[in-house]
Amino acid sequence: MSDTQYLAAKTIDEAVNAHEKANGTARFLAGGTDLLVQIKSGIRKPNLVIDIKKIVELNSINEISDGEFEVGASVSGANLNRNLKFAKLWPGVLEAFRLIGSEQIQGRASLGGNLCNGSPAGDSVPALIAAGCKAVIAGPKGKKDVPIENFHLGPGKTVLENGEMLVSLKFPKREANSADAYLRMTPRTEMDIAVVGCGVNISLENNVCTHARVSLGAVAPTPLLIKEASDIMVGSKLDDDILNKVSKMCMDACNPINDKRGTIDYRTKVAGVLFKRATKLATDRIGGNK
Amino acid sequence: MNEISNKWIGKNTIRPDGADKVTGRAQYSSDTTMPGMIWGHVLRSPHPHAKILSINTKKAEELEGVKAVITSKDVVDFPIDTPVILGIQDMRWMCRNVMARDKVLFHGHPLAAVAATTEEIAEKACELIEVEYDVLPWAIEIDDAIKPDAPILHDHIQFEGKSSNIAGTLEHKKGDIDKGFSEADVIIEREFKTEAVHQGYLETHSCLVSVAADGRATIWSSSQGQFMVRAMTSYLTGIPQSNIRAIPAEIGGGFGGKTIVYLEPLATILSQKTGRPVKIVMNREDTMRASGPTSGSKSKIKIGATKDGKIVAAQGTYYLQAGAFPGSPIRGAVGCSLAPYDIPNAHTFGYDVVSNRCKVAAYRAPGAPIGAYGVESVLDEIAEKLNMCPLELRKINAAKEGTQAVHGPTYPQMGYLETVEAAINHPHYKAPLGKHQGRGVASGFWFNAGGESSAQLNITEDGNVVVTTGHPDIGGSRASIANITAELLGIHHDKVSVLIGDTATIGYSNLTGGSRVLFASAMVVTESAKLVIKQLKQRAAKIWGIDEEAIEWENGEARPAGDNAGKFAPLTLAELAEKATATGGPIGAGYQVNTEGAEGGFATHICDVEVDMDLGIVRVKRYTSIQDVGKAIHPDYVEGQLHGGCVQGIGWALSEEYIYNKDGHLDNTGFLDYRMPVCSDLPMLDTVLIEIPNPKHPQGVRGVGEVPLVPPLAAISNAVYQAIGKRSYSLPMSPPKVLKIIEGN
Ligand SMILES: Cc1cc2nc3c(=O)[nH]c(=O)nc-3n(C[C@H](O)[C@H](O)[C@H](O)COP(=O)(O)OP(=O)(O)OC[C@H]3O[C@@H](n4cnc5c(N)ncnc54)[C@H](O)[C@@H]3O)c2cc1C
Repeated sequence: MSDTQYLAAKTIDEAVNAHEKANGTARFLAGGTDLLVQIKSGIRKPNLVIDIKKIVELNSINEISDGEFEVGASVSGANLNRNLKFAKLWPGVLEAFRLIGSEQIQGRASLGGNLCNGSPAGDSVPALIAAGCKAVIAGPKGKKDVPIENFHLGPGKTVLENGEMLVSLKFPKREANSADAYLRMTPRTEMDIAVVGCGVNISLENNVCTHARVSLGAVAPTPLLIKEASDIMVGSKLDDDILNKVSKMCMDACNPINDKRGTIDYRTKVAGVLFKRATKLATDRIGGNK
Repeated sequence: MNEISNKWIGKNTIRPDGADKVTGRAQYSSDTTMPGMIWGHVLRSPHPHAKILSINTKKAEELEGVKAVITSKDVVDFPIDTPVILGIQDMRWMCRNVMARDKVLFHGHPLAAVAATTEEIAEKACELIEVEYDVLPWAIEIDDAIKPDAPILHDHIQFEGKSSNIAGTLEHKKGDIDKGFSEADVIIEREFKTEAVHQGYLETHSCLVSVAADGRATIWSSSQGQFMVRAMTSYLTGIPQSNIRAIPAEIGGGFGGKTIVYLEPLATILSQKTGRPVKIVMNREDTMRASGPTSGSKSKIKIGATKDGKIVAAQGTYYLQAGAFPGSPIRGAVGCSLAPYDIPNAHTFGYDVVSNRCKVAAYRAPGAPIGAYGVESVLDEIAEKLNMCPLELRKINAAKEGTQAVHGPTYPQMGYLETVEAAINHPHYKAPLGKHQGRGVASGFWFNAGGESSAQLNITEDGNVVVTTGHPDIGGSRASIANITAELLGIHHDKVSVLIGDTATIGYSNLTGGSRVLFASAMVVTESAKLVIKQLKQRAAKIWGIDEEAIEWENGEARPAGDNAGKFAPLTLAELAEKATATGGPIGAGYQVNTEGAEGGFATHICDVEVDMDLGIVRVKRYTSIQDVGKAIHPDYVEGQLHGGCVQGIGWALSEEYIYNKDGHLDNTGFLDYRMPVCSDLPMLDTVLIEIPNPKHPQGVRGVGEVPLVPPLAAISNAVYQAIGKRSYSLPMSPPKVLKIIEGN
């Protein structure tokens, strides 16, 4: 009885045109690990499903220059994991991505899907924000780049307009002595949804922080970039005093809800704890400890 | 019977259903289809409590593809004030649970069902059914259901002279409780709370029913008892039992939750109306919303002991959620909680509380984990106060052979004390603990059960054996029955095939529950084997021309009993089978009886946890279950029962709970937010099987399936206390709750 049409687009133009014509009744399909679940449970009833995995640009990993990566929106976790250089440069992004679901889910799930689904609890998003990543978007009016921290507008809402599709994620060129880390709190060890997620990305020179970005997930209607954190961290030695200050900042930035997955009070505390732990992890990684 | 050589009993033989299950070939109930089959779907209440003013099915009936629509009018009615007892159920509640009459009593309560050519049409038709409700105030939590002005679910239920949601009570008394407390040097009194938890079977409920033109119904379904399915369907449809054939499918987990029907009567009525086979499959959401779970509870425990650690008085008061209809497992809480101990003065009291939740169903040792949680936690506090090892406290007070239990019986030979001693001596109990780690112990008891069982044991023409029994195999009973049969007949295990009969092919057998199946099956299989051996001896006697008494059966052969009997070469089972036609016909025998003598089971568990002091996360690091299993007929499957119980206990203690929102709707109907543990949440699980044979059973069997879920709640809670120095008095010990306790507010 289902009236849903399926289109496997071969080019960006074909996908974008079909989406635009459907006038808000189409959905792009990457791994489908969110979309198919939503269709099955009746949350979404698209008239047209546009499969984008056959579009070359969306399914490839490019190293544009040495240490500068662009990852296609529909590349699966299993595939990105095979790129050893990416794994070395962005361990935090990869660990966030690899936390999604199980081995089976990893064969399908994409960074693009995680981002475009619009959940404030999507695991890869804080890591992408901390990485300083940009979303490359194609649409009827051409291509544009949007920083990930500006991509979400609210739960389930993104900047994407009718006809617009995420093509890839562009990572900044990786500097030496840098590392990132992502930690999430879930009651179970796996197959769970983040109660709080925290991504930290830092660069050190002679133990002094030269670059820092901190992001939190699941503590507000959208994932957050803690802008002021960078200001205090850069130039410091990331000593306890600084970490306590930023931890407090993270807690102050939280604007979570009380729900079955966690209380306001709990989520706020956890944000502060995870920031410290993720920073320690990233620092250790630069030191070559992990 | 022959001396038991134990060639097969106690061996980890390959389970007969194993190959089919690991290759995906096993037939579960939703795998069954039939030509001409159509689909059923159930309309469920969007309200937790409402009067049904009218149901208009016209639009649904007019939808193309719809073949029939039914409501409570089509289900046999049982007047609400007259009990009609069937096992632990009452048909007046069952009839209203499968299809609401007059009132809907919980979110998800069925009130109509549709059969249509596709599942989608059936679902669409349900949306077209127009129902007028008068929404009533509701009560979900126990405290809301028992307060003076609580909304009343069933007007005819009276307590202390008034309409009430307290539907029943149960009490056990021993000695003089006040005198007991007056002799105590320490007294601890605490209140506890637990949440409703689901059995979490992976296979949801489903069935296929075909009612033929002559009115005979065939039911394929997943349940813990095909005879239960037949009886309940018969009651609710009016079809005589002889015209219903219930065929048990393989079962994807039940844990007690499949001891009642939800869909079978509806599919039967829909099939009757349409003349087509009707299939209904419940989805996960409805399974969570409207089947299972076991009760949430609140309880108060008070225990007094002397300085030397002798318990002189114990008192427990339990309130258990029954869901929308009476029948919570208060017996398990009231009867089991003090059963491991020799206590001179005791008083336990239970209240059965109805509220606007779905009707509870059995869950491994129903009620007993709730009872043990409070008692075993308070014992932990008493031990600490007396500066005594908590296992030593249990040892001093252990019930033994001859002890009169608080719930009545006097114990025969039993192995509780042995479990405690084994725990004290286990390396786990002495292993060092790390930072923020704690160790807890707790004990538990379950009654176990006997009941009706039937078996048929036939010798095939080529000298092999087919055994048929009547209880669905959930935990490996076929493998164990094969072991026993091979042992008794003195033949190789490979020669024995064990099947589960349907209601038309084997005699009445009570459902798979109460840890009764192997206990009862082994008894009727033993009796059947005796009869078959007698026949085999008679055949040999005939061939040799000597007296039957002069023949013995040994190692799978008939032999002359001694030199006086004459010199004959032994006759094997295969040789006797080959000559069966000439010596009197087919060889085989059946036996059926109401089995008695199921003796209780005891366990003691040791658990280590580690707590993340900043996040409140509790992880179980090491777990050892020690249990008196009577006799482990198939040790792997006995261990499997212990593993399963302890995993379900870990879920219950740490992460599982029914969460209702402000509209009275269950808010976590999927496994993402209903958090059963996953593999990575668990440590390796250690087991110690103690074998103190049940003196009332031919192989010494005690039920082993339920005790393993009794101690974990308290063992884990006691371990968390040791780790953080503060105690939680409610479950689950979720991270936010634990962090709050750590921070002391
Ligand atoms: C069992 C299970 C466990 C899970 N565990 C986690 C977890 O631990 N953490 C977590 O964050 N998530 C989890 N998820 C959710 C999901 O797997 C992730 O969000 C995943 O990254 C989605 O990727 P996808 O490729 O499958 O997206 P899809 O389902 O294909 O798409 C998701 C949404 O994004 C849109 N979309 C996809 N690609 C584009 C594009 N290029 N342009 C525009 N719109 C697009 C789709 O239309 C859809 O609305 C889990 C899901 C399941 C089923």
